[in-house]
Parts: sequence; C-alpha cells; structure tokens
Amino acid sequence: MLSALNLIMRGIEIPFSFVQRKLGTRRQAWAFLLPNLLLFGTFSLFPILLNFIYALTGGDNIILSDRPFVGTGNFAGFMNCDNFLDVNSCERDFFWRAVWNTTWFVTLQVGIMVGFALLTAVILNRDIQARGFFRGVFFFPVMLSPVVVALVWKWVLQRNGILNAGLEAMGFESFNWLLDRTWAFGWSVFLSVWAHMGFYTLILLAGLQAIPRDVYEAAMMDRASPWRAFRRITLPLLAPTMLVVLVLALIKGVQTFDEVYAFTGGGPGSATTLIIQYIYETGFAGAPRLFGLASAASILLALVLVVLTLLQLWFNRRSVDG
Amino acid sequence: MANRALTFLTRTRAGNGKMDWTDWLSYSYLILGTLLMFAPVLWLAVSSFKTEADLKRFPPRLLPYVQETVVVEGYDAPLALYDIVSGEFEGRRLAQIRRVGLVAQMVDPAAPSTRLKVDIADRELIERVGLATENYTELFEQFDFLRFFWNSTFITVTATAITLLVNAMAAFGLSKYEFRGRTFVLMLVVGTLMVPQSVILVPLFLVTKEFGIMNSPWGVIIPGAASPTGVFLLRQYMLTIPDEILEAARMDKASEWKIFWRIIVPLSIPAIAVLGILSVMWRWNDFLWPLIVLSDTDKFTLQLALNSFQGEMSTQWSNLLAMTVLTLLPIAAVFMFLQKYITTGIASTGGK
Repeated sequence: MLSALNLIMRGIEIPFSFVQRKLGTRRQAWAFLLPNLLLFGTFSLFPILLNFIYALTGGDNIILSDRPFVGTGNFAGFMNCDNFLDVNSCERDFFWRAVWNTTWFVTLQVGIMVGFALLTAVILNRDIQARGFFRGVFFFPVMLSPVVVALVWKWVLQRNGILNAGLEAMGFESFNWLLDRTWAFGWSVFLSVWAHMGFYTLILLAGLQAIPRDVYEAAMMDRASPWRAFRRITLPLLAPTMLVVLVLALIKGVQTFDEVYAFTGGGPGSATTLIIQYIYETGFAGAPRLFGLASAASILLALVLVVLTLLQLWFNRRSVDG
Repeated sequence: MANRALTFLTRTRAGNGKMDWTDWLSYSYLILGTLLMFAPVLWLAVSSFKTEADLKRFPPRLLPYVQETVVVEGYDAPLALYDIVSGEFEGRRLAQIRRVGLVAQMVDPAAPSTRLKVDIADRELIERVGLATENYTELFEQFDFLRFFWNSTFITVTATAITLLVNAMAAFGLSKYEFRGRTFVLMLVVGTLMVPQSVILVPLFLVTKEFGIMNSPWGVIIPGAASPTGVFLLRQYMLTIPDEILEAARMDKASEWKIFWRIIVPLSIPAIAVLGILSVMWRWNDFLWPLIVLSDTDKFTLQLALNSFQGEMSTQWSNLLAMTVLTLLPIAAVFMFLQKYITTGIASTGGK
C-alpha cells in the first residue's frame, strides 16, 4: 500500500521535474495549482457564468443552443405579484411559498439554535465534570447524515410512535404530527436545531475559552456581580464569535434541504418546501424540467449568500484585527 | 429573577467541592440534553431488532421480543408456540400450524400426528426478549445492501484521496511561492467560497453531462473535489512552516515535488487529518448532488437508498430501521475513536 503510494509519487515527480527545468523554481507554483484550478474552473467558475445564460433562457432543454432567449422573463415572472405578502396573488406562487417558508424557517432555526448553543457553551465552560463527554454528546448529531436524522425523528413521531404512546399514557390524544402543516413545520425546525446545534456550541465554547480568566478575577476583586460580569465581560468579548456564528448559521440555514426533504418531502402540501427544494423540483424532479426558472431562483439565492459571506469575511477580519 | 438566572450561568463552582444550586441546574440541563441527543437514536437502534409485527404494536414495548418457536416432526418450518388459556385444551402448550378465520389448527409437539382445532381467542402467544436479527440478514439477502455500502465507500474514499492531494498541492503553491497572480488566484478561491454547489445545480448538471459522467460515481466525486475550504485550511497551516526548511532542502538539490511530498506533506499531517475527516463526513452524508447525478438504483449511495426505501409504501420499517443503523454505524465509530480530534479540529478551524 505504502510502496504503491511511493510509486505514484515518483511517477508524478517526473513531469514536475521537467516543468521545473523549463519554468524555473518560482513559477513552478502553477504546476502545483494546475489540477485544482482546472477543477475549480470547470466545476465552479464556468458553471457560475453558465448559470446566467440559463436564467436568461427558457424551455425545458438542457442543451444551450436549443434554449430560446427570454431575457429577464424568468425574473419578471417571480416578481409578477399583486401583493407580495399574499402568495396566491403571484404568478409563481410555489416560488414565493418556498421563499416565505425559508424566511420563517431560517429566522426560527437560527434564533433558537444560536440561543441554545450559547446556553450550552456557557454551561460547558463552567467547572463541569466530564466536560469532554458532554461536549461530545451535543456534537454527536452533527456527524449523522441528514437522512438518518430525518428517519430517527420520523420513527419517534410516527402514528404508532413512542411520542404518541407517551402522550396517551399521560391521558392526551395521539396525533399525526407530520400531517399537520404547522406541526410539520415546527418539527422540521426542531430537527434542524437538534442536528446542527452542537457545531455552533463548539465554536462558541472555543470563543468562551479564549477569554482570559484574569479578566473575571479582576471583576471579582471589584465586587462586580456575576450578572454584571456576564454582560460587561463575557458578552462583549464573545461578540465577534457570536457574529461569525450567526452569519455562518444564516448561510447554512438558507441552504437547508436534505434533512427536511427526507423528513417531510416538503409537505404536507408545500408547508415545508424550502428554496433549495424549489430549485431541485423545478429543475430536476418535475416535468417539464424548467432549468431557466431554477437557475433564476438560484441566482437570487446566490445574491443573498454573497451578501452574507461578505458580512462573514468582514466580521472575521474585524475579529482578527480587534 | 433574571439576575439570579444569570448568576447561575456565569459563576463557576466554588473551590470547596460542594455542589450549589447552580451546579445542580447545570447538570440537570446537561443530563436532559444527553437524553434528548441520545435517546431517539438509541430508540431507533433498539427498534431495529424488533419483528415487523412487534413494530406495529401500539403502545410499543421497550425491549424487542421474539416468538417462541418449536420444530415439530413432519413440519419443515419452526412453528409458533401458544399457551392455551381457556376452552377444551386449557393449560396445554400447543404449536400452531395455520390459522383459518377464527379457528387455529394446532398440534401438540409431543404428539405431532393429531391436529387440534382451537378457537383463536383461547390461545396466547409465548414471547421472550430476543433480537430479530433477520431484519439485518435480510438486508444482505434481499436488499443488495452491500452494493449501496460499496458505492458509498468507493465515493467517500476516492473523493477524499483526490481532495487531499489536489488541495494540498494548491495550498503548497499558494503558501510557499511568491509569483505574479497569486493574489488573483486567492481572490478566485474566496469568490467560489461564496457560491456553494447548491446554487449552481443546473449548469453543473450540464457540465457533468457533457463529461459523460452522469449516473456514475465519478459524477459525484469530481465536481466537489477542489474544495475552497480545504485549500484555505491547509494553506493557513502551511504558512506556519518556516521557509528555512525549504531553502535547506533546495541547497541539497531536492526537486520541488520532493520538497512537497517529503517535507511539507508530513509536516502538515495535523491539518490534512482534519480535512480528511471533514471530507469523509461530507462525502458519506452527501445527499443533494448524488440525488441529481445518480438515477439507477444500483448506483445509489446508502443515503439515496435509505431515502428511496422510506418513500416506498411496501418497504417494511423493520428493514428500514436496520439499514439506518448500519448507515450511521461507520460514522458513529469514527466519532467514538476520533472524538477529541474532531471537536478540537473543528473548533480551531471554524468548520466549513
């Protein structure tokens, strides 16, 4: 195994030495960059440009030359609403349902998740026995695949599931959770918080541990109350980490698809259809395959993501400088 | 009140080793959290050992039960044992041959030649705690589980190997050389960081199709191989390696490739390991892109197979649960052994 690896590396060395003789040492960097740049160019940069061409054309053919030019028609379709707050008045009501679902989903999910992640991190940062174990416990669901997460909770929530059994044992009626629009949405938010909270807890905990202990000791000397210490020391010093966590959670939240799709399939009706699922269903699952609409929707989504990422980079730089 | 609540959140335990009420609250929270995080997964794992009949039972029983069976002379398959609790044969223990309407044809294992007719209300199934391991063995015999497992493993291993090599090379080029255009390349990498795969699905579909790798594992592996996150993670680490080591090697006439392979890569193992673990996790759990690329069932990864099985009405929960357990097992094992490494690695890099 190792000798095979060595052999491969020897093999790669031959063209590299050749390039080194031709280009010189410094410009050899390009040889190291080449495979990565080729992959980047082909599967990231080029598709980003192509995306605009798709968004400006219509029809259900994937081959570009067979697609009629429609200009901004796809975008205009999205914006053709009598009243933006009433999805039924929109030409593309399914799109707007997904947009509003995603907005609600992200607001609730990020708010609840970051709140609980902060609480958990603060508790884990105390003088706790078996901290490593508890940290692992909260992180564990992050490792699970979205489909597994969905199935775990589906099994708990199903009609004959253990949650309903518990409810009946306590004298309540059992309930078909995933057939109710509001409950299905609520459980989707819950499931997503459950699955990702540990990740943000970990980052916040690292942020808390970076706050020097002697700042707190100085505060204790000055007889500051713990509440005051939390508000005046912990929160301000944790603020850069909090901002990074918030933006990161927003970026990921907006792109939620896997676990909710495996959990509810977007239903009942379109109650839990999020924007990525709209793109997937419009471009790939439905017939006809409306690639133009899917691309236009993903460009709008990309705009949101670019703004959020710029925010994140800005906060990152500030937290490094400050 | 809020004041007291925050006292609890900020104070650490007094040095006297006695638990005060804030400690009690903290531990209650943590134990409740442990339950919420583990119990559902544990419940699924226990349920995966129940028979299909047992899974349909409401309210469910905590432990898995199996039927007591007996092999009776003259019958090929083992027969289920029943206690007869009333009627003509009260007090006897009989094996059931078949059930016709409200009457069961039964036989005494001690006297297999005479068939007895018993009212089904008179008998009671004998069960004991046991594991329905057939849920698992059926996966291999009827569901082609190994194929999905192999597809997932192949994609995960190959993609991770390619990602590590290609990204380490790029990180080396970007961290250890001064050349014109470096800033431009770095900006390009930052730029693609903003545009994840999920927003270029349509054009990526076309490109993948044009390369002829649709419906093939390579269509899943190649498009995500150059991860900007990976380049960044490795470059940050390689920047900390002193340039003097490289200069010394160049004096000794080592080729640039040798410097990369023999010096930089071994010194960057901690960062490469973190990227390796992240890549394994991403690839094993990947869902949306494989869902688009792979259309034949025999090309499916475990995640796709799991998702499509849960959609089929005919699929039984017993096999579905067993398959879920087998899907999460490899990742759970990796996590158990590398927990400390993973958590510190993610905390220090900020994850993806």
